[in-house]
Amino acid sequence: MPAIDIRNLSFTHPAGKRPALDSLSLTIEPGRFTAVIGANNAGKTTLCHALSGVIPHLFPGTFEGRVRICGNDIAETPISKLALSVAFVMQNPESQLSGIRFTVRDEIAFGLENQGVDRPEMLRRVDRALESTGLADLADRSPHHLSGGQLQKVALAAAIAVDTPVLILDEPTTFLDPASATEIFAILRRLKQNGKTIVVAEQRLDSVALHADRVLGLHQGRLALDGPPEEVLVSPALREIGLDWTRFTRIAALARDKGLWQKDAPLPATLEGTLNGLAKN
Amino acid sequence: MDIEIRDLHFSYESGVQALAGVSLTTGRGETVALVGHNGSGKSTLVKHLNGLLRPDAGEVLIDGKPTADLRVAQIARRVALLFQNPDNQICKGTVWEETVFGPKNLGYPEEKIRDLASDSLAALGLTEMRDRNPHDLGFSERKRLAIASILAMNTEAVVLDEPTAGLDSGEIKLLEAVLRGLRDHGRTVLVISHDMDFVAENMTRAICLGQGRKQYDGGLPGLFGDPALLKRCGLVLPQTVQVGSRLGLSPDRLTPEAVAAGLSEKRPSPSGDHPATSP
Repeated sequence: MPAIDIRNLSFTHPAGKRPALDSLSLTIEPGRFTAVIGANNAGKTTLCHALSGVIPHLFPGTFEGRVRICGNDIAETPISKLALSVAFVMQNPESQLSGIRFTVRDEIAFGLENQGVDRPEMLRRVDRALESTGLADLADRSPHHLSGGQLQKVALAAAIAVDTPVLILDEPTTFLDPASATEIFAILRRLKQNGKTIVVAEQRLDSVALHADRVLGLHQGRLALDGPPEEVLVSPALREIGLDWTRFTRIAALARDKGLWQKDAPLPATLEGTLNGLAKN
Repeated sequence: MDIEIRDLHFSYESGVQALAGVSLTTGRGETVALVGHNGSGKSTLVKHLNGLLRPDAGEVLIDGKPTADLRVAQIARRVALLFQNPDNQICKGTVWEETVFGPKNLGYPEEKIRDLASDSLAALGLTEMRDRNPHDLGFSERKRLAIASILAMNTEAVVLDEPTAGLDSGEIKLLEAVLRGLRDHGRTVLVISHDMDFVAENMTRAICLGQGRKQYDGGLPGLFGDPALLKRCGLVLPQTVQVGSRLGLSPDRLTPEAVAAGLSEKRPSPSGDHPATSP
């Protein structure tokens, strides 16, 4: 059974002049790390909402088609039950905080309490999430006194703690410093290795190139690109959907123009790919 | 406009010390990046530049005048601050009302307000959205609106906290054009950013904070040539310098074109008897 099964999904926001998602169909197998890329307004956030049940349960709009997460039809499954299958990290961490918890530890425990997880297990999971996100030193601080980047880590820690098979993240590194962003991707990679299905909407294409198994490129609500990162991220079509190649790819392309790249060798999207390609010439 | 910070100390009520003695100066027409790990004190520091926070010790001077002697409204005429999160900034019901809010508060004449707001919205690609409710917009559109609102205040200094966060590459190009315009008009621009590629290609100087103290202040090649400092401050090299440093190029090659030119210079020409020249 696919972890995620989307059939002919369309969604139009109440104020929208065109569908935010337009006839989208795809499946994602369990244990895959999938990146969703696209210019803003391509439909990335709406797709994240539709994969986490926020749409159609919490946001109004016209919903058509079907989305199944771990076999559960999101439109027919109560959000409390969906929350056992899928966790969601929003782009803006301040939108995600409960607002009623006064320590980072309690904030991370909030989702577990709602699920009725027993206390010893809850404490174990909260400690593990604090540790893996590097927040242990901030456990007793108020979430309201943290920086934007620290808050983003709290939101991720809360999602890790609920330990669902599917994790959806909407640009989870937006406010993070580069080292923290690298750490977050390493955490996601470990979660994937432990069998989690990860879907990340992301603008940092260098990180996507390193970590994703598959890249979905959205353009005006439609699936415009779908393939492994080494193909999608160096495709000329990337620019047609409003994105730029990584600097690694651009350096390789310029080297090719100067005759410093092996003829017909593919362009890379990673540092190592660019260095290897230059070394071969 | 000259901004000077002298031995700035600040602690939050919780007891967390955010700034432990930071001093810096920026001059007219400078474009300075303020970088450092999450929680290093960057946002706390810039909130002192427009009077939102007041120092526990030390002082902030604008053109030699201590901000302690100025009201927030007086400082706002000189320094505009973009918040990291646009939702902490946007307060009006339409994109247009939001954009004119700042210049109206500064008491500009009606015609000037209209011109500034129209130009700012156009620069950020928001002209078509002027009648929309900001809360119906996506995150990056709200972010661009927040930037446009700051721009419309037409201040001598502009401080932007993470302006690229959440923007796609096309939107970042709009922002880059805005920064070029500000630089051309001699405005002082201070930008907090974690986006080292953006910093490399758009800034001329970097100030790095760590543990509430200044760790570095100088040109970009000096920052990118110090791996230990970058690691200590939670930063990484821009992609261009990552490639260049592994190939023996100096860290002043900050664009893909500069790196590619460096590669040409290092490689022998096809005839093998002399180095090829850069294009």
